[in-house]
Amino acid sequence: MNGTNLFKIAFKALSNNKMRAFLTMLGIIIGVAAVITMIAIGQGAKKSIQDQISEMGSNIIMIHPGGERRGGVRLDASEMQTLKVADYEALRDESIFLTKVSPNVSASGQLISGNNNYPSSVNGVGIDYLDIRQLKLDEGEMFTEEDIRTSSKVCVIGTTIRDELFPDGSNPIGKIIRLNQVPLRVIGVLESKGYNSMGMDQDDIVIAPYTTVMKRLLAVTYLQGIFASAISEDMTEYATAEITEILNRQHKIGEGEASDFEIRSQKELSDMLNTTTNLLTTLLACIAGISLLVGGIGIMNIMYVSVTERTKEIGLRMSVGARGIDILAQFLIEAILISITGGILGILTGCTACAAVKYLANWPVYIQTWSAVLSFAVCTITGVFFGWYPAKKASELDPIDALRYE
Amino acid sequence: MSKTVIELQDIKREFIVGEETVHALRGVSFSISEGEFVTIMGTSGSGKSTLLNILGCLDTPTSGEYYLDGISVRKMTKNKRAILRNRKIGFVFQNYNLLAKTTAIENVELPLMYNGEISAAERRERSINALKAVGLGDRLEHKSNQMSGGQMQRVAIARALVNNPAVILADEATGNLDTRTSFEILVLFQKLHAEGRTIIFVTHNPDIASYSSRNIRLRDGHVIEDTINGNILSAEKTLATIPVNDD
Repeated sequence: MNGTNLFKIAFKALSNNKMRAFLTMLGIIIGVAAVITMIAIGQGAKKSIQDQISEMGSNIIMIHPGGERRGGVRLDASEMQTLKVADYEALRDESIFLTKVSPNVSASGQLISGNNNYPSSVNGVGIDYLDIRQLKLDEGEMFTEEDIRTSSKVCVIGTTIRDELFPDGSNPIGKIIRLNQVPLRVIGVLESKGYNSMGMDQDDIVIAPYTTVMKRLLAVTYLQGIFASAISEDMTEYATAEITEILNRQHKIGEGEASDFEIRSQKELSDMLNTTTNLLTTLLACIAGISLLVGGIGIMNIMYVSVTERTKEIGLRMSVGARGIDILAQFLIEAILISITGGILGILTGCTACAAVKYLANWPVYIQTWSAVLSFAVCTITGVFFGWYPAKKASELDPIDALRYE
Repeated sequence: MSKTVIELQDIKREFIVGEETVHALRGVSFSISEGEFVTIMGTSGSGKSTLLNILGCLDTPTSGEYYLDGISVRKMTKNKRAILRNRKIGFVFQNYNLLAKTTAIENVELPLMYNGEISAAERRERSINALKAVGLGDRLEHKSNQMSGGQMQRVAIARALVNNPAVILADEATGNLDTRTSFEILVLFQKLHAEGRTIIFVTHNPDIASYSSRNIRLRDGHVIEDTINGNILSAEKTLATIPVNDD
């Protein structure tokens, strides 16, 4: 039997019943469009979270003291005094996988300038801190190695601090702000970064040389943490291993003993957020998948009804020489044509819906090629699967009964 | 002696309905030669539908041998019988059985669509010729729902002719038509007969017998009469006597 002829026969049968064919397709169209749109929305959410993380510095690594027990009591990280400036220097000098390293000590309290005050904290950091956190100067300048060496009383402030302490809009550069009676001269203002994905104000920041904070504000000899950035996000794991090795040696911690510090990277955070968004995507995909299944059942329903409705036609075709397999092939081709056309229309509808979501609701959407391919494949398979039973039923009709069918 | 197209040898067909066995055909034997126009008559229940199904290779006999154009049909599989129908038999049904919303030419092309050996061009050419032969050469693209009963039956006859079959099987082909149109169709059958085609016309209308060359009568599954018609009436002449219906 000639395949082209069967194709023509099936095509003709469909085009004779355009409305029925379209209604059958509708289920598939909606199903495929739903899969594409839902996954695009899910991926959009994921992508926007990833963007926000990388805005914070995706290769950032934070080292905090921790994991140490004293007399069975687990101590709060901020009370631990195990991280020293020497550790910072060792990391800075020896590490291969870290590009930037900065110590971190923080003193909190009420910032005062003239009549204005604002509760915040001063971060004592190194020069690399700007690069690690991807901060940029808007005005003025950053403190220097010289400032660090001499523990000079200078600071760089974020725009929130500027707005709170200098509400009249005057230029803060050169002005003095005080924390715990220690005066710090403002030498620079950072560019605004807005809120991060956790809702934290990234402009509520004051940075000063770590030596200044340690000696003049806190009078301590230990660091609260070390910030570093790996060469790239992919290298975070190697960098983490390297830091562990260097710090274990510094702290004289042997093999198998628990480290007295904790290393956290943004990777963990992004992994966690990815898990959440993946869950969201899966959920949306499940809903969409169900609608695709319903679309498939729609095909089966219509094909099944149409076998009954077209019994006489089947009888005639058989009497003029169509074999069972020809009838089977015809109905199967009809089902496949419906699902493929439905699939293509569904992809177009899905893309249109994505564009609508993007421009009307302003949601980030990312159309995934794999979701289009997958849903297309699924709907074709659905077409064959759900078209098979009615087609089989049609092919097994007895021509005599079919011809006599009223 | 011309070639034998159909040969039936003691054909029996039984159906089992529940507990009972129904004997539809109780031993039918006859043979039909090429170029004959045979009417098979009988009341309902005489077994003529069953005989038609067997002749048309839609059904197989319970016992007995059936040779169509020299080929034994009894032991053929369903698929082989489908192919045999496609190449050797043309059906004309009482209710035309045209495909809905489909043009005349597409309806006529249908049997050839199931024959992979025939190209699209040849298919179209043969279909056009068949439609011309039934006098519908100017209605190729008319759809089946735009045609009268007589026209639809002509399309159906063209469809039966298009595969150049060994035998044309007509099942009450004039049963749904008014008298005048019936005779028009009968004229067409006589024309085909004159061209040398073999026609088997199953009917319960005794009038038609006088227009055929041979008449086989069935009752209760037996052939009770098999007569050669020495005086074939011309359907064309009869048609001329029927007044044209004006109302």
